[in-house]
Amino acid sequence: MSKHVVIDPITRIEGHLRIEAVIDDNNVIQEAYSSSTMFRGIEEILRGRDPRDCGLLAMRICGVCTGTHYQRSIEAVEHAFNVTIPKNARIVRNLMQGGLYIHDHVVHFYHLHALDWVDITKALEADPKKAVEEAQKWAKLSGQRPWNASEDVFAEVQERVTKYVKQGRLGIFGNAYWGSKAYKLTPEQNLIGLSHYLDALELQREVAKAQAIFGGKNPHPQSIVVGGVTCVQDIKNPARVAEFKDIIQKALKFTKQAYLPDVYMAGTMYADEALDGTGGGLGNYMSFGDFNLDDTPFYEAAKLFPSGVVMNKDLSKVYELDQTKITEDVTHAWYEGTTNLHPYDGVTTPKYTGFGKKEDNIAYLDTDKKYSWIKSPLYDDERMEVGPLARMVVGVAKGDEKITKYVTTFLKNGNLPTKVLFSTVGRTAARAIETEMMCEEVIKWCDELASNVAHGDLSTWTEFDFDTVSKDAKGFGMAEAPRGGLGHWVKIKDGKVENYQAVVPSTWNAAPKDYKGRMGAYEASLVGTKVVNPDEPLEIIRTVHSFDPCIACAVHIVDTKGKELAVYKVNPVGSSRA
Amino acid sequence: MVDSQEMVKKVFTQDSARVDTNKGDAYYNSLFEKAKSRLEALKKQPALKDIDMMEVVESEGVNRRDFMKWASATTATLMLPPMFTPLVAEATELMNRVPVIWIELQDCAGNSEALLRSSTPTVDDLLFDVLSLEFHHTLQSASGHQAEEQLEDAIHHFKGKYLLFVEGAIPTAINGGYGTIGASGETFQENLERLSKDAAAVVAVGSCATYGGVPAASPNPTGAVGVMDLVKGKPVINIPACPANPANMVGVVLHFVLTGQIPELDSLLRPKFAFGYRIHDNCERRAHFDAGEFVEEWGDEGAKNNFCLYKVGCKGPMTFNNCSIIRYNDGANWPIGVGRGCIGCSEPDFWDKYAYERPMADANIKAPTGGVEKTVDEFGLGLLTATTIGIGVHAVASAVAGKRTVHSEDGEE
Repeated sequence: MSKHVVIDPITRIEGHLRIEAVIDDNNVIQEAYSSSTMFRGIEEILRGRDPRDCGLLAMRICGVCTGTHYQRSIEAVEHAFNVTIPKNARIVRNLMQGGLYIHDHVVHFYHLHALDWVDITKALEADPKKAVEEAQKWAKLSGQRPWNASEDVFAEVQERVTKYVKQGRLGIFGNAYWGSKAYKLTPEQNLIGLSHYLDALELQREVAKAQAIFGGKNPHPQSIVVGGVTCVQDIKNPARVAEFKDIIQKALKFTKQAYLPDVYMAGTMYADEALDGTGGGLGNYMSFGDFNLDDTPFYEAAKLFPSGVVMNKDLSKVYELDQTKITEDVTHAWYEGTTNLHPYDGVTTPKYTGFGKKEDNIAYLDTDKKYSWIKSPLYDDERMEVGPLARMVVGVAKGDEKITKYVTTFLKNGNLPTKVLFSTVGRTAARAIETEMMCEEVIKWCDELASNVAHGDLSTWTEFDFDTVSKDAKGFGMAEAPRGGLGHWVKIKDGKVENYQAVVPSTWNAAPKDYKGRMGAYEASLVGTKVVNPDEPLEIIRTVHSFDPCIACAVHIVDTKGKELAVYKVNPVGSSRA
Repeated sequence: MVDSQEMVKKVFTQDSARVDTNKGDAYYNSLFEKAKSRLEALKKQPALKDIDMMEVVESEGVNRRDFMKWASATTATLMLPPMFTPLVAEATELMNRVPVIWIELQDCAGNSEALLRSSTPTVDDLLFDVLSLEFHHTLQSASGHQAEEQLEDAIHHFKGKYLLFVEGAIPTAINGGYGTIGASGETFQENLERLSKDAAAVVAVGSCATYGGVPAASPNPTGAVGVMDLVKGKPVINIPACPANPANMVGVVLHFVLTGQIPELDSLLRPKFAFGYRIHDNCERRAHFDAGEFVEEWGDEGAKNNFCLYKVGCKGPMTFNNCSIIRYNDGANWPIGVGRGCIGCSEPDFWDKYAYERPMADANIKAPTGGVEKTVDEFGLGLLTATTIGIGVHAVASAVAGKRTVHSEDGEE
């Protein structure tokens, strides 16, 4: 007798996500359904506004990848107006976005994901002295000393949490799957994880502060405008740049001494699941590319992350990205129609049909019909996964030297075969690998900014004649967010937004089935997974979390009244770069 | 015909609401006694957590002196005279006696993220020692029915005692179908009504929960409303801004601990300690405004010299909040600091009224005539009849900039 499990709310994510799974007698997941249960209609709200004001509002699509939508929106308008921003503006935007990647990845691993691997109640049984040796062991893999690892530190963490646990009210740590057999770390390893959970709370505060140096605040920075950036006084002050750099250097140290060793540790202890590809899912990976490294105009600049598509885990072949091949299907989403169309064709109107059957006060999704506010985007009529893993996979497949170096070093140090990447563990590892690389790049960009200013360049904004350029224009901002490929498309008429559209990472990953009945990335990654106890679906949570869901982002609506917004070819980025 | 340039200058340069919060000795003495007896009563209550705050503070490498420094700064933020400092310190030590349940509705998690950035007290202290955070969607370990049980248990256990923090707006169109949560498919509205029923007070945190924010921006496709539109017969405290400043979130909890009551609020239900004066009145660039030195376009000489941002759309003169004093992210910076200006994010309908890069046409701000008591209630802000800002601004009528035409009371000069 199979069980139909409903998990709602999925916590430790951004937004409102429901997962339903059908689990057979052997506790193997046979079917999985991913559903977003919240809708706001941001694109509709953006229509009719001044395009220069859209960035700030579009940023509010998400408070976690805060600043990414802001930048994409502003870039889409700059692309439409054909405005190329000054060097200082490009670097500052890279710094803010790079800082965001680092912040986001650290918060994700420790505060949204770690408790799927780490059983904090077991940490209380650990021997702090042994924990120090354990921490040294994992740090040594990459030739590092462990972060904040001493007997006293670990004992103190234990005392603090023991006190907390003993009071019997666990608050946000209450009623979780503690003690589940699906946890595989030793008490000492759990203690290390818990200790770093606390350290990371402190670190993320610092990294957010770095973003505020050039952004004004975090979340929701405010210094980017169409044509450049506004934070002149912070750019021209070397002390501010140094402060930013200093924080990122600390983040790099933490990444090398805590984050990566913890991923080695988890990857090793959960190696069985990594090796058999648990949570691997679709195996199709797509990257839009991100971080302009020079000042050539739109989509011609060399990028830190190359764009491309890899199919069926085949690293020997990489396809150039062509954004005209993106279509969206609403067969199983709460919108009118059942067709698979280019995002700019046809009319999309919300059509909420609610849940299917209700039994014992549980509402079940109407999985044969429509069951989510997220649409199903397709690339060349294929389902895709996006995110840090996709960026690493595409980078390696394209022969990108930098990315290949980081990935191979990680695998070599951890003594892991390439195939572990295609799993839940691999998805989590890719994020850590990327964090290290990001820190090292951002530090270089700090120097680039300081040097440019020292040479007398204080330019932060490119002038344009709004009335002329905004008569009839269209453009897009297509790049990556911490969670994967993110694009904003805008059409402007007589100084007003005529049409606005965002296709974001979690739209790709968290989508429901498509018109051919093929699953989205979350769904595909769950099917075939064995759960220890269907009533405590830790394995489901773990795999879903490995994508770092951002669900408020994923829900959007387009109403284009049959007009084509834009058809562009993204210029392929060469893999041989200076 | 009055010379509008002269008039505007006069309007803005009067000795306006530079903070003057003195309510007189009698008021403070009675409040002091009240707070003292409140803390005594709290001490007698069983602690939720057996935590010695000072021990925590010391383990964090903060000594008593630093802690008292923080307490005194917080006392100032709460607009209380220095004699309250020891009580604030004591209240902090008792803070874990107030259970907090935090729910997310039509939100972007920005306020949850802001809470994570809290620097005084730091977020780990908040989570482990200071607050009794019973439920929080973004940080909760448990998912699914275990998470729902945890929430149920907290509501039952702390019936009538917990503060319910709400993040995000509430969609009311299509019978609430635009937002559901939990296995039973409860709508956000049902969820809010159920959870607020037994709360001591409801705190709407961030602009979406207060006035509807982004989802309620024109044309408000989902019929989104704020908490105060739905929760009746219950104290509601609004902490607007996008996102709200964590210092103000902590401030509200502290005030509650200190006095057992909610802080004094303005007509928009915002605590006066945080929203009692305008950004403009405590702005680091105010002198440039007074001197008529403005940034004319991004990146110009004025921008390089930190001139006033009014002409590039700063809405500091229309906005009530304490950003100009406490800033963000441990004091790192704030929107005017980065040369972008204020977008009015703590004001109702700011997406349609204020958040654009141009100054308001016909903006005429009646100057407050006294101290901080003169809040938004006493001098209505908004559009008055045809007195344009006469500083050569290429202004855009707000009817064009936002999509909502704002009609407000005609003020009388």
